[in-house]
Amino acid sequence: MSEQGNILFCGVGGQGILLASEVTAYSLLAAGMDVRKSEVHGMAQRGGSVTAHLRYGDKVYSPLISPGEADIVVAFEMMEAVRYLPYLHNDSKMIVNTHKILPPAIATGKMDYPENVLDELTSRDIHLKAFDAFEIARRVGEVRAVNIVMVGVLSSYLPIDGQVYVDVMNERIPEKFRDVNIKAFQEGRKLAAQTG
Amino acid sequence: MSQSNSEKTLWLSGNEAIARGAWQAGVTVASGYPGTPSTEILENLVKYDDVYCEWAPNEKVALEAALGACFAGARVLATMKHVGLNVAADPLFTSSYTGVRGGIVIVNADDPEMHSSQNEQDNRNYAYAAKLPMLEPCDPAEAKEFLKTAYWLSEGYDTPVIVRTTTRIAHVKGQVAPGEKSSSSVSPEIVKDAAKFVMLPANARNRRKFVTERMKKLSDFAETFPENRIEWGDGTRGFITSGISYLYVKEAFPEAAVLKLGMVWPLPEKMIRSFAEQVDELFIVEELDPFLELHIKAMGIRCHGKDLIPAEGELNPAVIRKAITGEESSKFAPVALPPRPPNMCPGCPHRGLFYALSKQKVFVAGDIGCYTLGFLPPLSSMDSCVCMGAGVSAVHGMAKALGEEGMGKEVAVIGDSTFVHSGITGLINIVYNDSYSTVIILDNRITAMTGQQPNASSGTNIKGEPAQMLNFEELCRAIGVKHVITVNPHEMSETKKVLKEEINRPEPSVVISRAPCVLIPSEKKRVKVPYWTKIENCTGCKACLGLGCPAIHWVPVTPEEGAKLGFKEKQKGHSEISIELCNGCGQCAELCKFDAITIKEDK
Repeated sequence: MSEQGNILFCGVGGQGILLASEVTAYSLLAAGMDVRKSEVHGMAQRGGSVTAHLRYGDKVYSPLISPGEADIVVAFEMMEAVRYLPYLHNDSKMIVNTHKILPPAIATGKMDYPENVLDELTSRDIHLKAFDAFEIARRVGEVRAVNIVMVGVLSSYLPIDGQVYVDVMNERIPEKFRDVNIKAFQEGRKLAAQTG
Repeated sequence: MSQSNSEKTLWLSGNEAIARGAWQAGVTVASGYPGTPSTEILENLVKYDDVYCEWAPNEKVALEAALGACFAGARVLATMKHVGLNVAADPLFTSSYTGVRGGIVIVNADDPEMHSSQNEQDNRNYAYAAKLPMLEPCDPAEAKEFLKTAYWLSEGYDTPVIVRTTTRIAHVKGQVAPGEKSSSSVSPEIVKDAAKFVMLPANARNRRKFVTERMKKLSDFAETFPENRIEWGDGTRGFITSGISYLYVKEAFPEAAVLKLGMVWPLPEKMIRSFAEQVDELFIVEELDPFLELHIKAMGIRCHGKDLIPAEGELNPAVIRKAITGEESSKFAPVALPPRPPNMCPGCPHRGLFYALSKQKVFVAGDIGCYTLGFLPPLSSMDSCVCMGAGVSAVHGMAKALGEEGMGKEVAVIGDSTFVHSGITGLINIVYNDSYSTVIILDNRITAMTGQQPNASSGTNIKGEPAQMLNFEELCRAIGVKHVITVNPHEMSETKKVLKEEINRPEPSVVISRAPCVLIPSEKKRVKVPYWTKIENCTGCKACLGLGCPAIHWVPVTPEEGAKLGFKEKQKGHSEISIELCNGCGQCAELCKFDAITIKEDK
């Protein structure tokens, strides 16, 4: 397969970004691609702004995506989507969870959550897919499955059969959480199909 | 690099690959101290039943334990982060003289960009300073193979070997050939060899000569080591690079000639000279210090290095491309946004302690751990943080500098693991040299920041098996601290009272603030009753927001909305608890004077 691409996952520590990037990576591997992924542990996971870089193709060198070179950005939080704007190029696609998570300065009333923050993206003609993944996860019955809803939407942009992801989840997610996550994945995929 | 392998290729992080490489090389004993980005090496190595693994109290102990095992003839591994090697530097430098019996490898993880560290020192300098060979892999596949090479070098050249990783090796996942466990094994036994292992001056002078000869031999080896290799390109630009920077160079300049150094010390001078002669323009690309550049320039070779490539922070392909061609890769400038710093978890016991401490108006000499986040607003309760143990030692120094004037005006805070690591000696100094200092031990039962590793005070070992639990109260009393008081930090008014009394006490005292980390598996499993906001009772006083808990946020309201909620005209909003985030610690309920925060059940 000659497909190649750079996917940047971004959001807030604790949202399950590592698992989402892991499921995506194993699915790409199962499709026979070289995959590299870079993430940061420790201090960076305590509710701060976090990223996981995932690169795939025939042969990948750098595990980091350079600014201006992310083909798809999967943003788990609306303001974080805008924070990683410099990683986009003209044809990038962006998948955004519009659920807000308030950083300390906003939660304590010292600053305001920027209004209409997504305008920063739409005004730059960025291909945007924005929706409330938290609401979908709640509907599915597990708010922690937000990350897999995001993978479901992302999967529709990648050249792999949906079943590959399901197989990966069957193999890698503990039985207790498996069904609800697969349901979350299917809901994400459905959503992507609805609005193109 | 991925190879067509009939066996199923693995997909591993650098740390997982290092653990696998160590096991395959025949390691039987491993010791380390948790530190990002090195922690997962031992967490993975411990899964192999034929390897003994342990968390040591600190890196010096880990390396010394490893040395002992090596003197007994075992193949051993010591793991630590970059600043940990400072702690272990004492045994490191002399182990260079003693050399080895069984192979010994020190995996040292640097953290360019300081993702989770207090500095970004470049530990390649240790290889030069301690006269030790250092290997530097560029990805997980190489990391695994380099471990095997390192043991071969260690036993073949009678030397400890350092394998240096960085965050983007340790926490990068890539394809790795599974490989096989080496059949060569070692059988430990006691062999006395005083001339080699007793480093008093007469012996050490002899071994010093050996070290010089060894490094000369290793320099010769470097010339033929296949992992020091030239990939010829179009010949105009030539790059000398190593580690992760090699991958960035390949990405940024795929056509260029590259000399990739798998061994960054000692250097293959002949190979470097010959490469330099065959390219039009030579660039040294390395993260952090101009380490290769300095030594290459010392050979009298003209090259570009830190005149172009940043010496601070991480590199990436775009940074290198821009530094060399001026080409900008990013199209969109960053948008100014409210920052999102890390924060303590909802229900974190440290928050209660820091809240109580924030009311004392004292200088807080801090330390390394999750609790360093107590520095951030709204708690803003940390005034210094240097290295493991520094808070305890420093608060004593402040007391001595300030004399009676300083009494009641400063306190040290230190976590349980950090106290065991480097705080005990500082406390001995407080007692022995008689200052009025107060030390707060933030005992959350675990080494939390690095991912909940057990330590000597946890009651379990690295395998989760029961272990002797260090008793802080008894330890502090044995040191000679007469006032040792234990508090539950979730009970903030009681904690505040105790802190006031102890900080003002004209004698050494220790306050043990004890409640488990919410991320300990047993705590995660515990069913918690979340709190919630009775909005009609909230007066908008914001007292609960002073905790900075991620589960509590401010909801502004318009005058109309306020009227509907029955608020007074002046009230601009109310607090609200996100029930799905709340861990039920009750700190906010204690602060609320208006009965607006209660457990969900009594609604």
